[in-house]
Amino acid sequence: MPQQERIETRPARMRRAVRWLTTPLLPDDYLRLLNPLWSSRELRGRVVQVIPETETAATLVIKPGWGWTFDHKAGQYVGIGAEVDGRWHWRSYSLTSTPTDEAGVISITVKAMAEGFLSGHLTELAAGTVVRLAAPAGDFTLPDPPPAKILFLTAGSGLTPVMAMLRTLHRRDELTDIVLVHSAPTEHDVLFRAELRSLAEQHPELTYVERLTDREGMLALDRLADVVPDWTDREAWACGPPAMLDAAEKAYAAAGVPEKLHLERFSVDLAGAGGEGGTVTFERTGRTAEVDGATTLLEAGEAAGVQMPFGCRMGICQSCVVPLLKGSVRDLRNGTDHQEGDRIQTCVSAAAGDCVLEV
Amino acid sequence: MAITDIQAYAHLTDEDVEAIGAELDALRRDVEAARGDSDAEYIRRAIALQRGLAAAGRITLFASAFPPAWLAGTAFLSLAKIIENMELGHNVIHGQWDWMNDPEIHSTNWDWDTTCPGEQWKHSHNFVHHTYTNVVGKDNDVGYGILRVTRDQKWHPVNLGQPVYNAMLALLFEWGVALHDLDLEAIRKGKKDRGVVRKQLKQIGRKVGRQVAKDYLVYPALTGPQFLSTLTANATANIVRNLWSYTVIFCGHFPDGAEKFTLEEFETETKPQWYLRQMLGSANFHGGRLMSFMAGNLNYQIEHHLFPDLPSSRYAEMSERVRALCDQYGLPYTTGSLAHQYAQTLRTIWKLSLPDSLLQKTSDDAPETHSEKFPLPAVA
Ligand SMILES: Cc1cc2nc3c(=O)[nH]c(=O)nc-3n(C[C@H](O)[C@H](O)[C@H](O)COP(=O)(O)OP(=O)(O)OC[C@H]3O[C@@H](n4cnc5c(N)ncnc54)[C@H](O)[C@@H]3O)c2cc1C
Ligand code: FES
Repeated sequence: MPQQERIETRPARMRRAVRWLTTPLLPDDYLRLLNPLWSSRELRGRVVQVIPETETAATLVIKPGWGWTFDHKAGQYVGIGAEVDGRWHWRSYSLTSTPTDEAGVISITVKAMAEGFLSGHLTELAAGTVVRLAAPAGDFTLPDPPPAKILFLTAGSGLTPVMAMLRTLHRRDELTDIVLVHSAPTEHDVLFRAELRSLAEQHPELTYVERLTDREGMLALDRLADVVPDWTDREAWACGPPAMLDAAEKAYAAAGVPEKLHLERFSVDLAGAGGEGGTVTFERTGRTAEVDGATTLLEAGEAAGVQMPFGCRMGICQSCVVPLLKGSVRDLRNGTDHQEGDRIQTCVSAAAGDCVLEV
Repeated sequence: MAITDIQAYAHLTDEDVEAIGAELDALRRDVEAARGDSDAEYIRRAIALQRGLAAAGRITLFASAFPPAWLAGTAFLSLAKIIENMELGHNVIHGQWDWMNDPEIHSTNWDWDTTCPGEQWKHSHNFVHHTYTNVVGKDNDVGYGILRVTRDQKWHPVNLGQPVYNAMLALLFEWGVALHDLDLEAIRKGKKDRGVVRKQLKQIGRKVGRQVAKDYLVYPALTGPQFLSTLTANATANIVRNLWSYTVIFCGHFPDGAEKFTLEEFETETKPQWYLRQMLGSANFHGGRLMSFMAGNLNYQIEHHLFPDLPSSRYAEMSERVRALCDQYGLPYTTGSLAHQYAQTLRTIWKLSLPDSLLQKTSDDAPETHSEKFPLPAVA
């Protein structure tokens, strides 16, 4: 279950009083049968619109139910849970909407991955489908006020968090000197293309550099100065495929300004080193699972029906951390072994032999 | 003196036992692979129905002074409480729906509409009863600490009162269940840590407080001058639920043919032998879809004990394969009508209020317990 904070509002206090009538359930457990959004026990949302963006990507406009607070920061992501054949599956998606409740909706933009399990399903959801939500999280955000000179480096679906930032700056009319360098294979793959061009037209302070990699080849980040001469003066936010982000990290380190670079990774390379696999015991729930050395403990737990805590599922938020009671596990990103007593991130760790987790 | 050697009792070779184990493992895998949308839909509809009935009952009882409304409201509420305890509470807390990864239908978050805290139930029932099923001296469900239900339990003059205790337990079943995990016998013998007892009592107290307040204070008070009639309606619904869940549960392990086992058997058993103990120690009763639903599918007690965490919606179809397996190996598949199974249960309880010296059969060849000295008839 994703971690989320609860804020006590007046309706919440009232619902608590009504609890005397519904104990051991919550009033929300009854109300949500009338309307799935009338429950703050679990955050839910109804997909009100699915807007195709490119051949493989679509924007989901979602009306969140009770308990949603519309106070996220541009650049943050949400957890989306969707049901496939009776089972709920969770992934993270950057919000592309601005943090406001004027329209009472939020949006995310999902690119269907060829081999992916959930993304293709999400882009084909019917309007009216109810999804689960996890509260916004993440620190891939702009400071307030935004820095005077900004560079956004994005590629593919990595544009999404930056799009939320641009939209928010535009709304508040707070655009500073911004360069956006966005890569995509062809112009048909560029998300929000018309909007980006229109923003650049409206705001002379925004420079939009479009890189169509099928024709022009990949952007060489060690030669970023060819495209953005003053890049080392700019505070940078980068989001895109792992190879691009790795190259960006290298370039910033080489230039001696690593602190200027802020990254958001959508995926994590778990090919570092497999564990040996083994029997995983989930102590509190008393379940066990036989796992191979490539399956993350988070996935193994969920498949065994254990309510595993999680957030980003990508090794960045620490929501999934649980104590390792016995045995050893391996961090799939880099092969580091963790032993008994360590607190481990289940979303990026696999069993290195038999082990016992305190969940 | 109960069964110690299942294989000798049932004429099974080592290969037979392995084959039975493999077949049951395969059945589990098949059901795990098959569960999906239709099962999720089943449990969601059961939840919606139960909550609808509960709401209908509570609302109808706002006219509880009017006898037909009292009757209808009590009926709705009784049904709601039965479904909540049997098909929802018992089964969800077993983790039968955990595979859905839905926090609202999950064993870790579910608490049910009875005075027994869900967490303690998980220990006394899911762990103790389902692990030590019918192992005399280990499984506290063998007689619930107050009844002698098999000759394997020593007679004590207190047992003379059994017919009365049994009737009381039926009426107050919810309270018996609430106190079950405390293990009064262990406390009496000083075998239980005081701190644990205190913590459990506090937990029970909190749950009881809320349950009692809801049924006997808040709802009656909300109906104003009809306080008393609402209160009697709620009390009646609780008693109806008690009688029904008592009946279903007593028919699971106390009819003839539900065998008892010795500690020695338990300590030396393998996984396939564990299956056999669950199979031989449980009893089903016939029921159509409605009866099964109201019994939380626990009329498929055998299937439930083999696979306590597979969804109840699958027990009916699983029973065909389990039964065929029993037939193949000449194992009894104990079942009968509800009346028949309960009559046997009641007879055993009444009869065993008497000391063994007044009884004909011994714990090797009694209707409710056998040992390998009197094995099953050999298969041709
Ligand atoms: C903070 C954060 C924000 C994100 N924001 C967005 C966003 O705004 N938009 C967006 O589209 N995505 C975003 N993502 C990514 C998203 O969470 C999912 O990871 C993505 O949609 C893929 O999910 P999936 O279920 O389709 O793929 P999964 O089934 O989870 O697979 C993950 C990856 O493995 C590959 N894969 C799967 N099976 C195989 C196989 N058999 N062989 C080879 N490769 C395979 C898939 O192609 C995919 O790339 C974000 C991720 C994070 C962590
Ligand atoms: S879920 Fe975010 S670090 Fe594991």
